[in-house]
Amino acid sequence: MSEAVDFSTFIERKADGTAHIALAVEGIGCAGCIRKIEGGLTKLPGIVDARVNFTQRRLAVDWRDGAIDPARIVSELERIGYRAHPFAPERAEASETQHTKWLLKCLAVAGFAAMNVMLLSISVWSGDVSDMTSDTRDLFHWLSALIALPAAAYAGQPFFQSAFKALRARHTNMDLPISIGVILALGLSLYETATHAAHVYFDSAIMLLFFLLCGRYLEQAMRRKTRLFAGNLASHKAAFAHRLDGNGELTQVPVAALHPGDRVLVRPGALIAADGAILTGASEIDESLVTGETVPRAVHAGDFVYAGSTNLAGALTMRVVAAGGGTLVDEVERLLRKATEAKSRTVRLADRAARFYAPVVHATAALTALGWLIAGASVHDAVVTAIAVLIITCPCALALAIPAVQVVAAGQLFRSSVILNSGDAIERLAEVDTVVFDKTGTLTLPDPEVDTSTIDPDLLERAARLALSSHHPLAAALARQVRLRAPYASAVEEPGRGVRALIDGKEARLGSAAFCGIDAHTAAVSAPAGTSFIAFAHDGQVARIIIGQAPRPDAVAVVQALQARGLDLIILSGDRPDAVAAVAAQLGVQQWMASLTPAEKIAVIELLKSKGRRVLMVGDGLNDAPALAAAHVSLSPITAAHLAQTHADALFLGERLTPVLRAVEVTRRARALIKQNLVLTVIYNACAVPIAVAGLVTPLIAAVAMSGSSILVTLNALRARLSVAPPQLAGEAAQPPAQAEPLANATMEPTR
Amino acid sequence: MNVLVYLVPAALLLGLAGLIAFLWTLRSGQYEDLDGAALRILSDDDLEGRTR
Repeated sequence: MSEAVDFSTFIERKADGTAHIALAVEGIGCAGCIRKIEGGLTKLPGIVDARVNFTQRRLAVDWRDGAIDPARIVSELERIGYRAHPFAPERAEASETQHTKWLLKCLAVAGFAAMNVMLLSISVWSGDVSDMTSDTRDLFHWLSALIALPAAAYAGQPFFQSAFKALRARHTNMDLPISIGVILALGLSLYETATHAAHVYFDSAIMLLFFLLCGRYLEQAMRRKTRLFAGNLASHKAAFAHRLDGNGELTQVPVAALHPGDRVLVRPGALIAADGAILTGASEIDESLVTGETVPRAVHAGDFVYAGSTNLAGALTMRVVAAGGGTLVDEVERLLRKATEAKSRTVRLADRAARFYAPVVHATAALTALGWLIAGASVHDAVVTAIAVLIITCPCALALAIPAVQVVAAGQLFRSSVILNSGDAIERLAEVDTVVFDKTGTLTLPDPEVDTSTIDPDLLERAARLALSSHHPLAAALARQVRLRAPYASAVEEPGRGVRALIDGKEARLGSAAFCGIDAHTAAVSAPAGTSFIAFAHDGQVARIIIGQAPRPDAVAVVQALQARGLDLIILSGDRPDAVAAVAAQLGVQQWMASLTPAEKIAVIELLKSKGRRVLMVGDGLNDAPALAAAHVSLSPITAAHLAQTHADALFLGERLTPVLRAVEVTRRARALIKQNLVLTVIYNACAVPIAVAGLVTPLIAAVAMSGSSILVTLNALRARLSVAPPQLAGEAAQPPAQAEPLANATMEPTR
Repeated sequence: MNVLVYLVPAALLLGLAGLIAFLWTLRSGQYEDLDGAALRILSDDDLEGRTR
């Protein structure tokens, strides 16, 4: 490639004269890959260090600045068989990583303190029934205080900070009763130690922090993992654009580095990288990813085109426009803002529980103190009993009940090729009763397929071999049918028209109808709805090869399975009615609407919502993005437009539609387990609170009850892992779903 | 009970040593790539040149 590549936005230069780049690498799958990549790169001159992170499928390279062109690193990786994509970590990801580390530090400190305080506490408990003197007990209590107080001050920060933030915003969250419980337990224990009392609660307070931090850390690790993975996928998709500089030179730049006003060359077959107006050239563009319309649109100088469309025929130069002067993009953005605002009003289950829990617990404690005072107990005894109630009801199990299940369910979804974008998507997916599908690219495969049923195989082979020499996207679909991957040596591509070559001494042509000598009008009339065709002429034979959107291979089975589970299915498409009707009939979906604008899609979803339906929207196009944001919960295939991906709650990988079904099943099961866990914690409190109110709680009972309930809830969550077998769909027996290692599979996904 | 005078500090110091070791491994990024570490140990590149 003679064209220069500009990586400068991704390179980080350090003070010691080295430069650093992070790359997301596709296809790392085994130990050999690590050696091959690191060994191959360190052989290059100027490379200081190359380190593969296998978990994250990323590569960090350092080199002496100026000694080597970073483009050479990428091309060397390509040569040894890996596609690498420069990668700029989002700020959100960096702060997630920071937060994960902080939680882990807190967890380590709490764990250390819990072990040592427990060591002392067990000595005291056994000393109570044997011959320990009260002086020794006091010494042990002081030692516990020495360990527990600084440790709690450090490890409790995540809870104290969050509770303080909630208080300042004048509402409560789960961290408020936690913080109050921990601080009161520590304060009471310190007072009791100073007054030589027998019972202190240092162990309970610090163990509580340890268990809670386990839950927090697991939740955070899950969020970070999906974030990292989504970041990798985004970089795989991030396209390069060909920028025309002032002096007419072409530079390859990452799309992120394009500015309004830049001139960009779009070659035939390439994706249009930014919204803009065409300056020169005429072509046909495929806007199926943007509007859902499957029939190409003819464009000329002055027309507006959207990012995500594919240029089909001739080369175009265009000027990048910042705000998207087109009506569609403006409209989509306006609708998105509204839809996202509406969605943030849904309240998470955990927060609903917290809103109910905190006042009840605090009222119980206050009533306990009051009751004992009225019954004639001393102020000291009444307060001690009230604090014991707070300690024993501290929502340890409740705080673990939901995240533990979510972490297990997210892991299962991950293995079923579903990646969550937002943590509470599991809750919302489980509530779904209506599924709205987009057609193009969602129910159908994102890439067009050749209809092979009516063509002579020998002719198809010749046409497909000829198609290998073409850059046209429709020809690419045809070229996938080829058995012998050997292009004809004499093939010549005429941009915008087709390819011709000499086969067995006679000229063969593949391309537009006119190029092959067919009357374009009669050829188009008999083509089925929603399809395109390529003409092929050779040795007096003329054929039309029909290329159209094929449904995903398991679409019919998934649709039936979803209907069998009592879900209502609706197709909302921007495509023409006859094309939508054909797919709906094929899949057995009764309700469908066609030719919808983004606003109309939202209107339909709002109507469903007003009837009390919980809508799952599955869509991939730019025109689906507002509907995705407006729906109760949303899913997108990984091939979706960037805007749709960022607004979907979860993404699914691969050619199959099964992940949609799996998502519904796994989350429904997760919701059942969450409910069980909440019931378990209620039972625990129903047993423990009367004991605490009666003033019978000793530190030993508190410790056993608290860790017992936490472990019970966690074990119950792990059941989600044991019992869900992948669903067997009708009509597919042998093919195992992509269970093995979705990370490895995903990184090998073809990118466009 | 005089034995406590050195047993308790010894227990605490050992625990503290473990904590410091953990914080050090965290700081030096040893949890960044757990899957990679499991695979790297199988590669014997580092022996080349020494054995031959």
